[in-house]
Amino acid sequence: MKYTYYPGCSVKATANLYQESIDAISPILGLELEELEDWNCCGATAYMSVKELMSFAISARNLALAEPFHRDVVTPCSACYLVLNKTNQYFTEYPDLRKKLGQALEAGGLSYSGNIRVRHILDVLFNDVGPEKISSLVKKRLDGLRVAPYYGCQIVRPEMGFDDPDDPQSMDRLIESLGATSVEYPLKTKCCGASLMGTEEDLALRLCCELLTGAESAGAHCIVTLCPLCQMNLDVYQSKVNRLCRMKHNIPVLYITQLIGIALGLPSKDLGLDKLAVKLTKPVKEILQGA
Amino acid sequence: MLKKEIVYESTLDHDFLEEIYSLPGGHEIKKCIQCGTCSGSCPTSHVMDHAPRKIFSLIRAGFREEVLDSNTIWFCSSCYTCSVRCPKEIKITDVMYALKRLAIKEGKTKGKKAVVLSKNFVKLVNKYGRNHETELMTRYIIQAELFNAFKFIPQGWKLFSKGRLPLFPHKIKNIDQLRKILKKVDELGEI
Amino acid sequence: MPERVGVYICHCGSNIAGKIDIEKLAGFAEKLDNVALVRDYKFMCSDPGQNLIQSDLEAGLIDRVVVASCSPLMHENTFRKVCERSGVNPYLFTMTNIREQCSWVHIDEASSTEKAMDLLAASVRRAVYLEPLEKREVAINPRTLVIGGGIAGIQAALDLAEAGKEVVLVEREPSIGGHMAKFDKTFPTLDCAACILTPRMVQIGQHANIHLMSYAEVEEINGYVGNFNIKVRQKARYVDADLCNGCGMCWEKCPGTRVPRKGNVHEKLSLGPTSSIYMPFMQAIPAIPVIDRESCLYFQKGKCRICEQVCERNAINYDMEDSFEEFEVGNIIIATGFQPFDPSVIKRYGYGTLPNVLTSVEFEIMNCASGSTGGKILKADGTEPKSIGIVHCVGSRDKHYHEYCSRVCCMYALKFAHLIKEKTDAEVYNFYIDLRCFGKGYEEFYDRLLGEDVRFIRGKVGEISRWVAEEDEKDQLIVRVEDTLVGAVRRIPLDMVVLCTALEKQDGLDRVAKMCSVSVGKDGFIIEKHPKLGPVSTATDGVFIVGVAQSPKDIPDTVAQASAASSAVLSMITREKIEIEAATAEIIEEKCSGCRICNNLCPYLAINFDEEKKVSIINEALCKGCGTCVAACPSNAITAKHFNDKQIFAEIEGLLSAR
Ligand SMILES: Cc1cc2nc3c(=O)[nH]c(=O)nc-3n(C[C@H](O)[C@H](O)[C@H](O)COP(=O)(O)OP(=O)(O)OC[C@H]3O[C@@H](n4cnc5c(N)ncnc54)[C@H](O)[C@@H]3O)c2cc1C
Ligand code: SF4
Ligand code: SF4
Ligand code: SF4
Ligand code: SF4
Ligand code: SF4
Ligand code: SF4
Repeated sequence: MKYTYYPGCSVKATANLYQESIDAISPILGLELEELEDWNCCGATAYMSVKELMSFAISARNLALAEPFHRDVVTPCSACYLVLNKTNQYFTEYPDLRKKLGQALEAGGLSYSGNIRVRHILDVLFNDVGPEKISSLVKKRLDGLRVAPYYGCQIVRPEMGFDDPDDPQSMDRLIESLGATSVEYPLKTKCCGASLMGTEEDLALRLCCELLTGAESAGAHCIVTLCPLCQMNLDVYQSKVNRLCRMKHNIPVLYITQLIGIALGLPSKDLGLDKLAVKLTKPVKEILQGA
Repeated sequence: MLKKEIVYESTLDHDFLEEIYSLPGGHEIKKCIQCGTCSGSCPTSHVMDHAPRKIFSLIRAGFREEVLDSNTIWFCSSCYTCSVRCPKEIKITDVMYALKRLAIKEGKTKGKKAVVLSKNFVKLVNKYGRNHETELMTRYIIQAELFNAFKFIPQGWKLFSKGRLPLFPHKIKNIDQLRKILKKVDELGEI
Repeated sequence: MPERVGVYICHCGSNIAGKIDIEKLAGFAEKLDNVALVRDYKFMCSDPGQNLIQSDLEAGLIDRVVVASCSPLMHENTFRKVCERSGVNPYLFTMTNIREQCSWVHIDEASSTEKAMDLLAASVRRAVYLEPLEKREVAINPRTLVIGGGIAGIQAALDLAEAGKEVVLVEREPSIGGHMAKFDKTFPTLDCAACILTPRMVQIGQHANIHLMSYAEVEEINGYVGNFNIKVRQKARYVDADLCNGCGMCWEKCPGTRVPRKGNVHEKLSLGPTSSIYMPFMQAIPAIPVIDRESCLYFQKGKCRICEQVCERNAINYDMEDSFEEFEVGNIIIATGFQPFDPSVIKRYGYGTLPNVLTSVEFEIMNCASGSTGGKILKADGTEPKSIGIVHCVGSRDKHYHEYCSRVCCMYALKFAHLIKEKTDAEVYNFYIDLRCFGKGYEEFYDRLLGEDVRFIRGKVGEISRWVAEEDEKDQLIVRVEDTLVGAVRRIPLDMVVLCTALEKQDGLDRVAKMCSVSVGKDGFIIEKHPKLGPVSTATDGVFIVGVAQSPKDIPDTVAQASAASSAVLSMITREKIEIEAATAEIIEEKCSGCRICNNLCPYLAINFDEEKKVSIINEALCKGCGTCVAACPSNAITAKHFNDKQIFAEIEGLLSAR
């Protein structure tokens, strides 16, 4: 299965551990991810707030670059996934926008006809690889590990169609395919406030605090996520959350690809586990080693 | 406006609704039934000056300044919860973006910090083609939070020590192409 | 002698005369070929207006009539009658619409006058080629078919039966009664539902003029107004209705489980016995059980037959098969009601995953004194709730599901609040968007509820979850909602939540609609003939709709509609005969190539194929003269009477050559 891979800015920087784990598991799962040559920023949320058309235009450059390969574009970042998809959708929905984007791309010697499908890596893992196949490749079953599946907001909203916007299930199934338990986690799609962390830090920290409390009270040993921004907020900012909210959260926050990597028996240094800000706690380590 | 006073029609801007209405995503707002699903679902509505639902009634009534001056638009985290739940399928998040742009255009200061962050983001992307988180935060801190700079240190250090904070930006190869595209957009004007 | 056309121009007060220069139009008409005389009048449809035409016809001054006035929908019939009264074939009259299509839609007087001239010239030319047509009559079979035995069907059937007319009532379920049979009390008067419904159900079962077919479905409908042929499938009950006396031995001993007997209170909710052989509820009519094949041990595993052993009347028959019955009726009443919307698709409300989230119909069953909880309001674990939330508009007024308002849920939500207050000490919250208490006594009921300390929160519930944020929220359902009147987001911990789900079109309604040649609207309900003036009739003569099959409504409105429909049917029956449209289509056998293209196109299913002659034939009683087939026939074998080629070409010529 070959795809055009669009990592996004974060995955190349603060989320490099995500990239490492994706690199490690892809060959085993039979995924060929060919990075899009010379991609640029997706035109994220922050850009949209200032210039709408420009934000769509920089997003569209990526789609135009990808189109000649006639393959699905896969991204591991929920924010990129949303922005690229939205560009795609509005490109077909609003003829006026389509015209202007066409002219702008032309100025750069590019063109786009709207025929690229943008997918999240979770979608690919769940629908193209599938829990059955993953389960059959598992070397170390994660029995006893209780995982809170945290999807965050932007992967399922606005409705992208591959999972339910309020109660998605795909990652739950993947977690179970590794032998672990996916706990009932009502906050699974609540917002972590990523886009507010820079500017309205207290508010964002409080949102994170709810998410961490929710996971702990559901009896989870760790949180698993699929978005660089969510992971950063819950992991790197966890100590700050504790200070602000007078809490003692201590719960590791892994990428789903890291968890899969562990179950596939890959060494932890290949999966970037040493880069987690909140270190793997004792019970998690025990289960992982015992496995 | 909205002091504890009778509101006179002459102080309201009745074209405001039409202005928002004509923005992309804004065309359904006339149909809002004030049900409150958006506010009841929004993760941040409790700290907003006006919850999303109320923003729509303010827009309809013509409270232009009140809307553009409110912190609501800057507290929206773009989580799209409201948009997928609104029974009238109003693209609320898009309207929030539109209001942000309008507020920036009119030099409203309530969201100053977000504006600084967003504008620097735009600058960096226009310069390198990609975001550079280290430079972005440095610029932001200097311009908006100089006196709070210390509070950013622990997390920055954490990232750095874990090898998650690259010091140098990555510039895309064909930055000229991107600039040409952006220049064209500039000529075409915003939508 | 050439045809002599009389032209009558109507002013319609100032409706037409205000925008069209009548004098000029009349002057123009006078000069047209074949026009013998032109008159204009303030209101042509008034008696003096009609008399103008009548006296000219009777005096033999003219033999064709053109009236330039409003839409044929308004007054075509009026002027046809004038012709008839004057001894002239009504099809020698034609109408020119210079109001809806001219004076009402154009601003400029000069150009609207010119357009009126064009239209009038076209009609005059067409009038020359009009041919007399014979009206035909068909007899009306006095028997009526009622589909669906809810309160709507029951009322309609009883009205007709009491008037001495025969009725066949076909009900899909084992018993009649519909939704009302599941209720404890009914708003706004809080009458006991069973007390007012059961006597009527018994009457249906006993009435000499009513043939009740329960556990049966209509399979086929052919024919036309006055003469429908019906085929009904009687599903196998596995109990012989003639032998069974409803003693109940069978279901008392039956080990099969249609409704789980173990499990929590909410899983066990049921009105009737939980066994495989069962009656849906104890007052069922007919009071004869049926065997549910899906859960019956004998049908599934081949072993048991206990019911057969205990039945002293030897009424059980496992070999029973579906049977068919065919009969004729003159009219059909559709009363198939609704089904409740399934809220499990709204994931954020947790129905189906969170305990103690119930639908309104489940809550009704729980409140019913004869139900499995004996009318007690209980949580899944069997304890009494201390707080209950009632969520309005679930699946209604929402573009993702149904855009319409379901109309009765606000009121039954109030009824629920009252019942809860009456039976428990629980706090009650109503989460609403708008309170729609529009009927007689409804606002007063709301007023009463306010006095009963029910809490009203204006806001559509954002979500229901078990996400605990505070100690006192433990083990409860958390409703997150904006209290829009206060302007604050609230989290309210509750023991139980009732979802007021939408009333949606009945499963299988499309099939019934297709069989009856009536259309359904965007909302899925059957479209009435006219939203104001024809609320119970449909576009197909002899087919009527009542109750929620037409649109969501409460019991008083349903009953009113049912009686309206039965009186409409009675008026048909008393006429004994009905005139049918003469302007139908006709197939010229010699030209028909037998391609059958037209057969499936006819929206009224009027075209059949004659296998012997290998040509298509049109059933004139069914044909409405719509012209679809005429345009489609590749061999030009079909002509539309009153709209044949000659007439249409003449009209076009008139239009083009006018000025
Ligand atoms: C929870 C709830 C509470 C309510 N409380 C009240 C109240 O207190 N007061 C009030 O005035 N109104 C109340 N209503 C409204 C009331 O239920 C309706 O007005 C009433 O039931 C409409 O009657 P009906 O005969 O049209 O439909 P139904 O009651 O739905 O009956 C239709 C019948 O047709 C049968 N049927 C369906 N399809 C076929 C088919 N193809 N062939 C043969 N038979 C078929 C069904 O089995 C059913 O028996 C309430 C509604 C709900 C959902
Ligand atoms: S959810 Fe939609 S309809 Fe309801 S108040 Fe918000 S914007 Fe208006
Ligand atoms: S998109 Fe913005 S307004 Fe809407 S729910 Fe999320 S934070 Fe609130
Ligand atoms: S089937 Fe037999 S046992 Fe059952 S109710 Fe009828 S008569 Fe009684
Ligand atoms: S044969 Fe079926 S219906 Fe009869 S008693 Fe056994 S399980 Fe019940
Ligand atoms: S009747 Fe009331 S609860 Fe039902 S859909 Fe209408 S407004 Fe909502
Ligand atoms: S004219 Fe219309 S109604 Fe008559 S047979 Fe043709 S298609 Fe059917």
